[in-house]
Amino acid sequence: MKRQSPSTESSTESRTAQILLIALALAFLAFFLMLPLIAVFSEALKQGLAPFLDAVSNPDALSAIRLTLIIAAISVPLNMVFGLAASWAITKFSFPGKNLLLTLIDLPFSVSPVVSGLIFVLLFGAQGLLGPWLSAHGLKIIFAVPGIILATVFITFPFVARELIPLMMEQGKDDEEAALSLGASGWQTFWHVTLPNIRWGLLYGVLLCNARAMGEFGAVSVVSGHIRGETNTMPLHVEILYNEYDFVGAFAVASLLAALALVTLVLKTVLEWRFDLHSGARH
Amino acid sequence: MPSMTTRKARWRAPSVLPGFGLTFGFSLAWLSLIVLIPLSTLFLKSAGMGWQAFVDVGFSERALTAYRLSFGTAIAAAFVNAVFGLLVAWVLVRYEFPGKRVISALVDLPFALPTAVAGIALTALYAPSGWVGQYLDPLGIKVAFTPIGITVALVFIGLPFVVRSVEPVLADLGKDVEEAAATLGASRAQTFARVIFPAILPALFTGFALAFARGVGEYGSVIFISGNMPGRTEIAPLLIVTQLEQYNYNGATAIAMVMMLVSFAVLFTLNALQSIRRRRLGA
Repeated sequence: MKRQSPSTESSTESRTAQILLIALALAFLAFFLMLPLIAVFSEALKQGLAPFLDAVSNPDALSAIRLTLIIAAISVPLNMVFGLAASWAITKFSFPGKNLLLTLIDLPFSVSPVVSGLIFVLLFGAQGLLGPWLSAHGLKIIFAVPGIILATVFITFPFVARELIPLMMEQGKDDEEAALSLGASGWQTFWHVTLPNIRWGLLYGVLLCNARAMGEFGAVSVVSGHIRGETNTMPLHVEILYNEYDFVGAFAVASLLAALALVTLVLKTVLEWRFDLHSGARH
Repeated sequence: MPSMTTRKARWRAPSVLPGFGLTFGFSLAWLSLIVLIPLSTLFLKSAGMGWQAFVDVGFSERALTAYRLSFGTAIAAAFVNAVFGLLVAWVLVRYEFPGKRVISALVDLPFALPTAVAGIALTALYAPSGWVGQYLDPLGIKVAFTPIGITVALVFIGLPFVVRSVEPVLADLGKDVEEAAATLGASRAQTFARVIFPAILPALFTGFALAFARGVGEYGSVIFISGNMPGRTEIAPLLIVTQLEQYNYNGATAIAMVMMLVSFAVLFTLNALQSIRRRRLGA
């Protein structure tokens, strides 16, 4: 309990003003965040549980769910390995051009999702730079799964590295140097010293990376070609159902994605509380 | 850090830890493959089409209308977020109220919720027959399928950028300066305007710019609520997709290039302003 001195009183607002400000903030959040979230679940269950279950167990929906899981299962580990490698090089060594490298890693955050898809079409599409060569060799990247994976890896590129770099910067390299001086090999040092030190930060980055990988729409939409049962991810399936006026179906699949978002938020919050991880402004 | 490196460099090889070649090489190769080479195709393609062709498609009447809409709605939404994001950050940092931790976690919902899900949920709310729309429609206020609807979607998407930028600065701002101001006879409003606001203004500006940059490129949450009428509610990212669907790769590239240059200019200005401020503060 803080002592109520006259100066504390005059350096905060009256209780009435506080309640008014809190109410205004909560009303804004209720309107802009809570209401859309409630709308997803309520529209999905509008006609009861049976149509909801039909929609999510429909073969096209199941194949979209499968594809989304496959995309995440491939692109998240790729970015995890990159994030570990990049943060090791950046935080354990000093070399010229480090700031430039950091800026370049962040680059995908400032590119529109649609442009992120477009660049892969320009590179690998039928009219693209490598298009003729690819089609001569019977390879298909655009309007196929490899294109979706590439676009997803691009979009989620900075997530793991961004979480790990500040964390490893803060931890320094004393632990690693101690391990090495005691005779551990480089890999042993990484597995037994570095990895345990950063595991929760790594998990945090992977969590955010995964949420974005499963939910990405714009970039994936440009490269996918929307072939039902083949190149349709969950967010794309939501769009197709919505445009066909199958609103219950669209919201049913959307509610699965919303549930994923809620699980992500809960895990993220738990990690922040328990391990004092920060919550950055740029996701 | 610099003093430590020079000390070490004197009596030990600068690379005590192993793995620099491997991790740096892998990071650079992966960065080039996934980000730099694909992005450079945009520049190559733009350069290849010639200046006149670039201007013809990149600054056509339709493209200019789309830029005006995209930049206009993104600025409007960033302003709304600057005001309410500051309010939310203030309430979360300064006041105690039940459910605060849940509310704080909920602020990140737009980072976690797939954009397409947000898009159909907002449309369900603000369509003329929707939950909110049915009350606005008799008043003659149309939200869905107008620029207001686009702004609403961008407010949703951009809110966490402002809150998460302002929150840490506000939390670090010691109470003592406010108490000093109060002791010197400043009213609460004067303290806010003269002491608190100038201190958080840079963070607020960062949040504003991040929300703006995200809003300009945003696609998934906007296309459902915007109605996509060319010349009226057609945002620039949608115009890129439309050009791609018509196999007009030059058109898509030119518009993407213009948008990307503007985003980079915004972020560059932001970084420049921050480093000027840092230099002025002598930190």
